[in-house]
Amino acid sequence: MSKLNSKIPKGPISEKWTNHKNNIRLVSPANKRQIDVIVVGTGLAGGSASATLAELGYNVKSFCFQDSPRRAHSIAAQGGINAAKNYQGDGDSVYRLFYDTVKGGDYRSREANVYRLAEVSANIIDQCVAQGVPFARDYGGLLDNRSFGGVLVSRTFYAKGQTGQQLLLGAYSAMNRQIARGKIQMYNRHEMMDLVLVDGKARGIITRNLIDGKIERHSAHAVVIASGGYGNLFYLSTNAMGSNVSASWKIHKKGAYFANPCFTQIHPTCIPVSGDHQSKLTLMSESLRNDGRIWVPKSKSDAAAIREGKLKPTDLSEDERDYYLERRYPAFGNLVPRDVASRAAKERCDAGFGVNKTGEAVFLDFASAIIRYGKEKAHVKGLNENDEKLVQELGKEIIKSKYGNLFQMYEKIVDQNPYDTPMMIYPAVHYTMGGIWVDYNLMTTIPGCFAIGEANFSDHGANRLGASALMQGLADGYFVLPYTIGDYLADDIRTGPISIHSKEFDEAEKLVKDKIDYLINNKGSKTVDYFHKKLGKIIWNKCGMSRNEKGLKEAINEIKSLREDFYKKVLVPGNANSFNESLAKAIRVSDFLELGELFAKDALERSESCGGHFREEYQSKEGEAMRDDKNFTFVSAWEYNGQPSNAILHKEDLKYENIELKTRSYK
Amino acid sequence: MVSYDIDNISPDMSFLEMMDVLNEELTSQGLDPVAFDHDCREGICGSCSMFINGEAHGPDRLVTTCQLHMRKFQDGDTIFIEPFRSNTFPVIKDLVVDRSSFDRIQHAGGFISINTSGNTQDANSIPIDKNKADKAFDAATCIGCGACVATCKNSSAMLFVSAKVSQFSLLPQGQVEANERVLNMVKQMDDEGFGNCTNTGACEVECPKGISLENIARMNRDYLKAKFSS
Repeated sequence: MSKLNSKIPKGPISEKWTNHKNNIRLVSPANKRQIDVIVVGTGLAGGSASATLAELGYNVKSFCFQDSPRRAHSIAAQGGINAAKNYQGDGDSVYRLFYDTVKGGDYRSREANVYRLAEVSANIIDQCVAQGVPFARDYGGLLDNRSFGGVLVSRTFYAKGQTGQQLLLGAYSAMNRQIARGKIQMYNRHEMMDLVLVDGKARGIITRNLIDGKIERHSAHAVVIASGGYGNLFYLSTNAMGSNVSASWKIHKKGAYFANPCFTQIHPTCIPVSGDHQSKLTLMSESLRNDGRIWVPKSKSDAAAIREGKLKPTDLSEDERDYYLERRYPAFGNLVPRDVASRAAKERCDAGFGVNKTGEAVFLDFASAIIRYGKEKAHVKGLNENDEKLVQELGKEIIKSKYGNLFQMYEKIVDQNPYDTPMMIYPAVHYTMGGIWVDYNLMTTIPGCFAIGEANFSDHGANRLGASALMQGLADGYFVLPYTIGDYLADDIRTGPISIHSKEFDEAEKLVKDKIDYLINNKGSKTVDYFHKKLGKIIWNKCGMSRNEKGLKEAINEIKSLREDFYKKVLVPGNANSFNESLAKAIRVSDFLELGELFAKDALERSESCGGHFREEYQSKEGEAMRDDKNFTFVSAWEYNGQPSNAILHKEDLKYENIELKTRSYK
Repeated sequence: MVSYDIDNISPDMSFLEMMDVLNEELTSQGLDPVAFDHDCREGICGSCSMFINGEAHGPDRLVTTCQLHMRKFQDGDTIFIEPFRSNTFPVIKDLVVDRSSFDRIQHAGGFISINTSGNTQDANSIPIDKNKADKAFDAATCIGCGACVATCKNSSAMLFVSAKVSQFSLLPQGQVEANERVLNMVKQMDDEGFGNCTNTGACEVECPKGISLENIARMNRDYLKAKFSS
């Protein structure tokens, strides 16, 4: 008997959330003061949830591994946040945002959750503006918008290329207000090591203080996991160095089902890998595709000449260039969804048209946008539109005002000026749509344990649209969880404080200490990074942008033996009772080594192509992904069973009652 | 002070990737690696806290340490690395410092007191002069790394504090609590032991985000105004 009950409220989709809010149980203000909630992670989801729960009156304990909650990796999100405000009057609506998100996710997300997300999206913008988030504005003083991939309207709000930073600092400021009130107890430089269950309910966590290594116990009436995604499974990704799956993986091992682990987003516009020393990859925001045009040379010999440095991209005339996205997808052009754009880049590079030394890069070119903006500005100012130098100058100014910080980042890394020569970009791992399975209330299969933001699976299906991650993180944290958690906590108003002196806490703490002792005392011959890099290579080569049965089966075996090797040979210097980054990394990598296997197993099981999951066996003649709706319109929710390879599959059937299931087309 | 010799550094490496190479070498010899704070490695999280050859975040301008590349150095150079230096940033280990004093200043007033209700007014109901909105944004891009404090001979945090004060002071939403905010944040800054500003301007030069000194002037104005009206 499957435990999966998605608890989707009855009634028409547009009334589900309102009805649900009217019918779920509430906790009175006096009782909220008696209830403790733990939140792990302080990104957009965790930060906004901590602040809102504390405002409501709960006693919140927040944890982050960084030295301040302001440094969570949501800070690095660049392009923007979607909201169905229809400020541009271009026909946007809650329904359209809902429709675009479900279609963009290749019909593998849950309708009711996505509709709710679209519904609360407008509130997010109001809330953030009230908090003092300085969004971009037009000369009339009203909020400006731009377009992102996979949609035909402009609904993305932004703050230059630092939208994530501004939104996170907004949530951080809301947290600060509650920290000052004493309603949030903040634990910086603390890593969650395990979840503690008492009578089957989530009642606390074990943490490690990263400064002195102290193992601590923290209890609460509910535990919220907001620890982000697991892109660092690939070693190289756009995630921060410390981003990890450990909190999610620990709750998975305690009974939370892991949903669709193989749904990963490979972002099309990242700075290409430059060498073996590379520690991480840097994203160039999707917003650049508003104005940048993606191309490779039409002829292989030109591509080869560019690779060898004999030819410059600016030497090629228009008809020597292949704007392959515009050619293949005329309706959406450069703004096709990320999975489509990434695969198209890989296809061109695999065919021999790559443009950097490694042959794994395509051009993102702003030349025509500079001219377009320059001419417009010259016209407005009453200057000569045919003066090329002037037009260039004016155009570059506008591009700078829109994307200045991104261009600067690019120049610092690559040492080329993208105002004068096209950027070189290549896809890289960016986001994970898969995550902990949650019901409509965002509760996992463990009572009292919730998962929000990127850590859960619910809203993006098999591919996330640009500017939707910020929207989801804040929707979950500000507007969804604070309501739905009350329905669960209503049973706990008489429970009283949870003791940390119980056998459950003893046992959990002992297991954590034993594992740390093992790693420290192993004294092997290979560093943690050695194993992480190897794992990343297996996953990228066999479970990356395209996958096939043979490769996935190999990956499962290779990861298993790499994991065995890790426990035999890993070398962790130093001791357990001090600041020891190698130890922290070793623990994170040990969890990645288990997740990797489940990831490959999930990809193998899903014999169809959908969104970011592209199985070579299932593609159309034109190389487009072929879904199998008859057999795979479900969420794969995996139950842990001793070993990742023994995980048990549970299926949540997806019902599309408001959107017709059809083949995604961006042509 | 410890010295390390290190080979095989490519000019395309970032400074922290050079540190990774060093640490991999130390670790494989069973030695303790050099501890340093880092996370996003794209110049936005503000974790980096290295003082390189006498400059916060090293010789390049408008970058954090993670964005500094080895092409800015010559083969054979000796590079001196220290943690950010200030009494208000106690050293935890090697190059890792404790910047929780920055958080405490933010707790004192770095927010607008508005609850999450879902009933706030429509975001476009108050138009904001684009110029002011852009300036508020520029101030808000502070990443809280502490380079300004490490650079200042007085260990002053005025640039950091004024960035937050200015962001809110430039926006209509920030007016309601403006007086209280500036007084409380400045008091906390003083209580933490940060020094005062003597207009040297070194902080602005070393700030990886180019936060302008103008913000300090604005904060001083706001502070005086608040003092007289309270």
